[in-house]
Amino acid sequence: MPMPMPTPTPTPTEHLAYLKPGHTATILTMDASPGLYHRLLALGFRHGRQVKMLRRSWWSGPVHVRVGTTEVMLRRHDAQRIGIAPLGHASAYGAGE
Amino acid sequence: MKRIAVLGMPNTGKSTFFNRFTGATASIGNWAGVTVDLMMATLTIGELSTEVIDLPGIYDLRGFSEDEAVVQQFLQSTPVDLVIIILNTAQIDRQLSLALQVKHLQLPAVLLLNMADEAPKFGVSVDADKLAVHLQMPVVPLSAKYGHGYEAAVITITQTLQHFAQPTLVANVADRLMDEVALTTELDVILADAVHMADRDQEALTTHLDHVLLHPILGLPLFFVLMFALFQLVYSLGTPLQGWLGAGLDQFKAVALEPALAVWPPFLQGFLLGGLYDGIGTVVAFIPVIGLFFLAMAVIEDSGYLARSAFLMDAFMERLGLDGRSFVMALMGFGCNVPAIMGTRVMRSPGLRLLSMLVIPFSLCSARLNVFIFISTALFAPRTAPLVLFSLYLLSFAAAIVTAALFKGQFPNQDPLVLELPPYRFPTLSQMLVRAWCEVKHFLRWSNRFIIAGVVGVWLLTHLPTTAPPASDQTLAGMIGQVFQPLLAPLGIDAQLTIALLFGFVAKEVVLGGLAVIYGTATEANLGGTLAQHIDWVQAYSFMLFTLLYVPCLSTVAVLKSEAKSTRFALLAVAWSLGLAWFSSLVFYQGARALGF
Repeated sequence: MPMPMPTPTPTPTEHLAYLKPGHTATILTMDASPGLYHRLLALGFRHGRQVKMLRRSWWSGPVHVRVGTTEVMLRRHDAQRIGIAPLGHASAYGAGE
Repeated sequence: MKRIAVLGMPNTGKSTFFNRFTGATASIGNWAGVTVDLMMATLTIGELSTEVIDLPGIYDLRGFSEDEAVVQQFLQSTPVDLVIIILNTAQIDRQLSLALQVKHLQLPAVLLLNMADEAPKFGVSVDADKLAVHLQMPVVPLSAKYGHGYEAAVITITQTLQHFAQPTLVANVADRLMDEVALTTELDVILADAVHMADRDQEALTTHLDHVLLHPILGLPLFFVLMFALFQLVYSLGTPLQGWLGAGLDQFKAVALEPALAVWPPFLQGFLLGGLYDGIGTVVAFIPVIGLFFLAMAVIEDSGYLARSAFLMDAFMERLGLDGRSFVMALMGFGCNVPAIMGTRVMRSPGLRLLSMLVIPFSLCSARLNVFIFISTALFAPRTAPLVLFSLYLLSFAAAIVTAALFKGQFPNQDPLVLELPPYRFPTLSQMLVRAWCEVKHFLRWSNRFIIAGVVGVWLLTHLPTTAPPASDQTLAGMIGQVFQPLLAPLGIDAQLTIALLFGFVAKEVVLGGLAVIYGTATEANLGGTLAQHIDWVQAYSFMLFTLLYVPCLSTVAVLKSEAKSTRFALLAVAWSLGLAWFSSLVFYQGARALGF
């Protein structure tokens, strides 16, 4: 299991788009256009924070995730811009804060 | 005159506060230097006449999205005496960044921590006094929905407003914002000191409801059932109300106005009653449908379900350059296009919104349905008539999909679709009523002149010169019909039917009344027989196809123009639909004739 919030940024092993429903991960990178990057920041996506995958929609549709107390849907290609380190199946919330 | 700007993130109850604060007296208007409409109202606050402006909900002051740019422009061009910042208390961990940005712009501000009633459910508690010290602005917890803390908020706003003598104008907002690292550092310090967040999961009710409503298999069928129920509720009440209102207005015309004007010259009588009065009637008849539509919209939008519809439908709609909310509006357009186009305002990306507005007029609305039921019953066997209707519905969908696919390149959606799915909430009755009332007011204010002028115009075309029988070949309308014959004859649409199409521009349901005048028959039963004598089924279907697709009705064009704030866009919608109608009818008519029908 990766440690929560390591100080030097490790290479993300996965992208948010592939996180399994019910699983939690730590956000490592957000390699997005300025518009998307700042929208993500405003919605609570930040380096080191935890994100939980709630569900993925049919036909490569959007994903439904939770960051902090905010639930967000984003398209799968946008979710691919977010690099994560999975923490596995856990209901942990705010553990890395 | 003092000036207050209300600022906040989306889904924080900002409009609810604004409506409570202004007592629903606000109206939508233009603001110099800003490209979108803003809600504004003038109030007396502590004996000072004060203008209150509701800025669009934004996440950030950096100006990446259209709305953020609007707020930037506003703050750079308009001196304000006070900024009221509204944040959702439960999400203060991320929303505080907006208050910090305002602090560093040195704008006089008051922070309202809204939805204070919800915060404990999420395990969030805030020390308002500590927060006020950090932010150097007064902080008041509030529930704008239920009114708790509202009195204290108003007192604080009044005192702060009196405290600042001169309004503040911010030059170069973007340059003066602090960088992300400094902001995050300060944010973390404040959160650690003034905010306590318990390790608690999302509110249980929302999690359970989403389990069902966003279910991988049940989600979509449930969505369609809910939309169908909503549609039935709005239009099974709205359409009869619209009919009764129309009948009442006709009654008033027959009983009171016609006798009163009987001594006037016939042309003037006709102009006032058939043109002006009926024009006003056309506008008035939309009031119940718009009111009911936005009552329903208040429920699905404020409950958080509209954002979920985006989740459910996005896989399909993204391929068309649209999103799930466009789908909801297009679906509602099957009742009436006018409120559906107004409803696209919830989509904040201009490209997405314009593309949705281009697609909605192809939804087969109830006015067109009346015409189609009548003509298909008159000209088709009882067994084929329902199939004819069904085929028109399919073509309506096809036209919408083709339009979206063709134009999605012209109207690119710049905003990333990252939508918050807020916890399920139910709006209060007053929230729903205020919403409906504001939308009706907005429609009346921006669309009435265009619609009335259009109805008067069509009346004049069908009644000038005064020597010709109304709607005959000798009137201006008849002449136009003749002029267009080279274009419309290949579609099987003769001069008489062309005049009916002109009538149909006013409102599609007028097509039938128009046909009755043109063929000189008094009752609808006679009209059916007369129609069957004059045209065959191929012509009838071609005519219906044209009626389905050609120019949206006058009221729809009026809202397209006022919502897009662009005459060019309205003209594009008219030209494209006319072109598509002409082409489809041509292919059908010539094809059917070539096959020997």
